Amino acid sequence: MEYRRPVLMRFVPKLVLALAAFSALAACATQPPEEAARGEIFDPYENTNRAIHRFNLGVDRYLFGPASKGYVSVFPEPIVTSFNHFAENISLPGQAVDYLLQGKPKEMGYALLRFAVNSTVGIAGLSDPASDLKIPQVDTDFGETLHVWGFGEGAYVELPLYGPSTTRDAIGVVVNLFTNPIDLAPTRPVDNLGLYTELVRRMSDRGRYSQTVDSILYESADSYAQARLIYLQNRRFELARDDEESYLGLYTDPYAETGSGAADDPYLDPYEDPYAE
Amino acid sequence: MPSNAITRRAFVTTALAGIGLAATSLPALAMTETAAKKLVDSVVAEINKVIASGKSESAMLRDFEKIFVRYGDVPIMARYALGPDARSASKSQMRQFTSAFQHYISRKYGRRFREFIGGQVTVTGARKIKAGYEVRSTVKLRGEAPFEVTFLVSDKSGKDKFYNMFIEGVNMLLTERTEIGAMLDARRGNLDQLIRDLKSYG
Repeated sequence: MEYRRPVLMRFVPKLVLALAAFSALAACATQPPEEAARGEIFDPYENTNRAIHRFNLGVDRYLFGPASKGYVSVFPEPIVTSFNHFAENISLPGQAVDYLLQGKPKEMGYALLRFAVNSTVGIAGLSDPASDLKIPQVDTDFGETLHVWGFGEGAYVELPLYGPSTTRDAIGVVVNLFTNPIDLAPTRPVDNLGLYTELVRRMSDRGRYSQTVDSILYESADSYAQARLIYLQNRRFELARDDEESYLGLYTDPYAETGSGAADDPYLDPYEDPYAE
Repeated sequence: MPSNAITRRAFVTTALAGIGLAATSLPALAMTETAAKKLVDSVVAEINKVIASGKSESAMLRDFEKIFVRYGDVPIMARYALGPDARSASKSQMRQFTSAFQHYISRKYGRRFREFIGGQVTVTGARKIKAGYEVRSTVKLRGEAPFEVTFLVSDKSGKDKFYNMFIEGVNMLLTERTEIGAMLDARRGNLDQLIRDLKSYG
């Protein structure tokens, strides 16, 4: 059990960071609870965020975007997929710790089982036999752990280089990137391996879906607002996955909003024939 | 890891009409739920047919627009996307905006289908919601963990039609409402200018 010691060691920084997080969150601007309940976007640092967004766009335009497109064109598809499997596998011990902290032993077991299978049969995680064996997928992070512990989403923030986040998830990002249990293993190729593998994984996504990402970042009338909306909705969905009530709360009903029986206001009738006359 | 706008699996967020999908068979369900699921399967089959046709891109985009109109409740989507400005728009502006919106959406999403070719859609369930039906599906792309796409269907237009979709929780209609709002702001609220620009989009 090589990673047992690191797993325990990882508790300590996490708890310290969680305490720091608590005081940091308490000091931050807070959203009125009724707005939070309606799922409104809370962006008190919008001016700063937009400045960081412009910086990130510059980094993407000149460095990250071209590098990512180069990466997926230089390496054949199966190799890129292999590197992604490797990155995923490296993140599993950390995910197991997060599941433990969330009180989810079953998912923790899946994470450890996937790690054991893919690290051995899957040749150091370069392939993914765990999925062929139908071991359930796992996907968590320390931001989710904070959510499970009752921390609210906090304010929307765009982090330099990293991109969209919230005050809560930003703490999770830092904890996960710098406290991967792998980094505490006695033999490891480089420090902060988890950081580099995450970078590689992101390059693969950026390169593979470059048209879609380009259209959001460069063709939108307000790429900051698009990125913010997409991030927050996707994050809330991930965290609400097991909770049917909040899942349904994600729906807006355009019929309710515009009123389908718009007898009193003909301009509001969404069913007038656009081709009539 | 600079400036990735979105989390890992949300990269597929904007696939809308762009998914090259292969539909799978359905288990037996209640009548209306079956209809809702059939609708998803038909649209998936139609999109696949266009992709497989080998036509020019502009011809494919025209086909995507026809599919969007046949299966989508375009007037309600356009009205919702325009938001509060729909209230002050004239009837004729609404008509023109709806047709411009339809052109814009089919071009914007139709052009991205290549990144999603070969994705497999499996309908996992359907159930009643307030405005109609929710059809949940999972989509599998090469080398990616499956992700969830949810279609919302309503017959309030007189026929069963899609009025929204969620990709890993991202509400496409709300995303477009934000975008249209930003476009309108950039044109100082000039709806006629926006209509002209959307009509010539792509």
